[in-house]
Amino acid sequence: MLWKLIREDRGGQILLAMLLLAIIAVPLLNGLPSDHPLHIPTYTVALLGKYLTLALLALSVDLVWGYLGILTLGHGAFFALGGYVMGMYLMRQIGERGVYGHPELPDFMVFLSYDSLPWYWLGFDSFWFTVIMVMLVPGVLAFVFGALAFRSRVSGVYLSIITQALTFALMLAFFRNEMGFGGNNGLTDFKDILGFSLQSRETRLGLFIASAVALMLGYLLSRYIIQSRLGRVCVAVRDAESRARFLGYRVENVKLWVFTLSAMMAGVAGALYVPQVGIINPNEFSPLNSIEVVVWVAVGGRATLYGAVVGALLINYAKTWFTTELPEVWLFALGAIFILVTLLLPRGVTGLLRRKEAV
Amino acid sequence: MSQSLLEEVKNRDQVFSFLRPAEQPALNVDKQILLYLEGLSVSFDGFQAINDLNLYVRDGELRCIIGPNGAGKTTMMDIITGKTRPDSGSAWFGQTINLLDLDEPAIAQAGIGRKFQKPTVFEFLSVWENLELSMPSPRAVFSVLRAKLDGEQRDRIEEVLTLIALQEQRESRAGSLSHGQKQWLEIGMLLMQQPRLLLVDEPVAGMTHQEMDRTAELLISLAGRHSVVVVEHDMDFVRQLAGRDRTVTVLHQGSVLAEGSMEQVQNDRRVIEVYLGE
Ligand SMILES: Nc1ncnc2c1ncn2[C@@H]1O[C@H](COP(=O)(O)OP(=O)(O)O)[C@@H](O)[C@H]1O
Ligand SMILES: [Mg+2]
Repeated sequence: MLWKLIREDRGGQILLAMLLLAIIAVPLLNGLPSDHPLHIPTYTVALLGKYLTLALLALSVDLVWGYLGILTLGHGAFFALGGYVMGMYLMRQIGERGVYGHPELPDFMVFLSYDSLPWYWLGFDSFWFTVIMVMLVPGVLAFVFGALAFRSRVSGVYLSIITQALTFALMLAFFRNEMGFGGNNGLTDFKDILGFSLQSRETRLGLFIASAVALMLGYLLSRYIIQSRLGRVCVAVRDAESRARFLGYRVENVKLWVFTLSAMMAGVAGALYVPQVGIINPNEFSPLNSIEVVVWVAVGGRATLYGAVVGALLINYAKTWFTTELPEVWLFALGAIFILVTLLLPRGVTGLLRRKEAV
Repeated sequence: MSQSLLEEVKNRDQVFSFLRPAEQPALNVDKQILLYLEGLSVSFDGFQAINDLNLYVRDGELRCIIGPNGAGKTTMMDIITGKTRPDSGSAWFGQTINLLDLDEPAIAQAGIGRKFQKPTVFEFLSVWENLELSMPSPRAVFSVLRAKLDGEQRDRIEEVLTLIALQEQRESRAGSLSHGQKQWLEIGMLLMQQPRLLLVDEPVAGMTHQEMDRTAELLISLAGRHSVVVVEHDMDFVRQLAGRDRTVTVLHQGSVLAEGSMEQVQNDRRVIEVYLGE
C-alpha cells in the first residue's frame, strides 16, 4: 500500500531511504565517544532536526505552489502558529521553575501583572490538546483565509500579496504585548517536553527522530494526494483553471482543501521546530521567511516534492555555514543562488539528476 | 424570519440547508427545445457585445453560428457556460434549469460542455489523463481523491482515443501534441463528458483539410444524441456541416441578423452586406 505511493517516484524512494538511515545512524553516531572521528555532537543533532522541520515546511509549500500553482508567500505564518502553539505548551510545562516562581503564569505574564491565565492559554498544559491545536489553529486560519480568497477568485500575484499581508499582519499583532504571547521576546526558557528535559541528549535525539518521521509521513501524505486523481486535478487547475471549471470541478474547493492541509503540515513543522531551537518569537512571521521558503523549493526543483526537501536542506546548510563564516554575505549569496538556479536550472538542482522528460 | 432560523437550527435530522448543495431540477425537454436564450444583453465598459439576443436550439440539433469577428459569438458561449453574467435577459437549459442561477461547474455538471476557441487542454498531463479527468464522475474533492477507474471507464477512454485518433499518443504529454491534435483532444474531452449540449468554438482553426473533413463527420455523427452548437469562420466547413437543411444563424453586432438554411442565409441581402460579401 505505502510502496504504491512511491513506486514511480525514484527521488522519493531515495529520500525516504535516507531518512530511515538517518533515524538509525544519527543516534548511533551520537553515541560514539566524543573523540571518535564519526561522532555527531548533540548540538548537530538538534541542528539536523531543525533542518528536517524546515524541509517539512518546504514540502507543504511545494504541495500548493508546485502542484496547484498557488504562489504562497505566507506559509511562514502557519509554521509560526504551529510553533506558538507548541511554545504555549512548553511554557506551561515550566510551572514553578520560572524566574518569578509563579505556579501557573509564565514569567512574562507575571512581569506584565496578569492575575490569571488568559482564556486562550487554557488547555495547553495538556500535550494531546496541544497536538490537536498544532494542526487546528493553522488549519482553521488557512480554511477561513482560503474560503475568502478562493471563493472570490483572487489568484496570481494578488493572492501572493495578500498571503504576505497575512503573515505581516500576524507579525505586527504578535509583537504587541497585549496579545498575550510574550510580545517581541516571544516564548522561551523552555524546560521540558512530556517530562523529558529539553537539554538532554535523549530528548534531542527523540525530537530529531520525530522530525524525520513527520517529514516521512508528510511526504507519503503528499504523494497520496499527488498520485490520486485529485493530484491530477490539481495540476489541471494549475495549468488551465477555467478548463477545469468547465469540466465541472469546483476549483475553489480543490484549492481550499489542499491549501488547508498544507497549512496544517506547516503547523506541525513549526511545532517540531520550536523545542529544537528553544524559542519562538514574532520574527518567525516575517514576510521574508515565507519568501525564503519559496526560494528553497525553486532551488530544489518545484513540483517534485523531494526537490523541496533537497532545496531546504541545501540552502539551510549553506545558511548555517555562511552565518558563521561570512555573515554579511549570506543574503547576497541567497539572492545569487536563486537567480542562478532560475536562469540556469529552471527545474532546480534535482532536475539535473532526473532523466529528460518529454516536455 | 428568526422563527424559521431557529427551526432550521433545531431541526437536526438533516444538515443545515446552506451546507446542502443546491438541488438541481432534472432536465426537461418536453417542448423539444434544449436551449432558450431570450433578450440577452451584455456590455463591456459601454460596448454592447450582446444586444437583445434571442436563440433557441432544439434537442438533438446541430446548429451552426457564423458572424464576423467581434459579433459576440464567444461572448454568447461565455454567458451560456456561466463565465459572463448578462446585464439582462434569460438563459434556460430545457424548461427547468435556469442557467443564470448556476456557476461554471454546476452548468458543466448539468450537461453543457464547451470547447474553447483557443485549444485548451491540460498540457502537463498525458492524453489519457486529460480524458480521465473529463469523464463524468462525482466531482466532490473527497470523491476525486479516492476515485479509481473501472473497466467500463477504461473501455470508454479507449473508445474515445480511437475516435480522436490519438491511441499512439496516449502516454504523451498533451503539451507535446500538434495544434490540430490538441483540437481533437479537446473534442475528445467533450465526448468523455457526454454533455447534452456541446458548444464548439471555432474547432477547425489550424487543421488540415483532411482533419477538417473528419471533424465535420464527427460533429454530424454527434447530432441527434447531443445538441451541438458550432461557431465557425471557415465557410467551406460551415457549408459541409449545415448541408441542405440544417439551420444556420448569423450573428452581427450582438444580435441575430438572419436564420435559416445555408442557402437562405447566403442569399439574404443584409447578410451579404455585413459578412459574406466582404
Ligand atoms: N471580457 C471582455 N471585456 C471587454 N470586452 C470584451 C470582453 N469579451 C469580449 N469583449 C468584446 O466583445 C466583442 C465580442 O467579442 P467575441 O464574443 O469574442 O466575438 P466573436 O467570438 O464573435 O469574434 C468584441 O468586440 C470583444 O472585444
Ligand atoms: Mg470568438
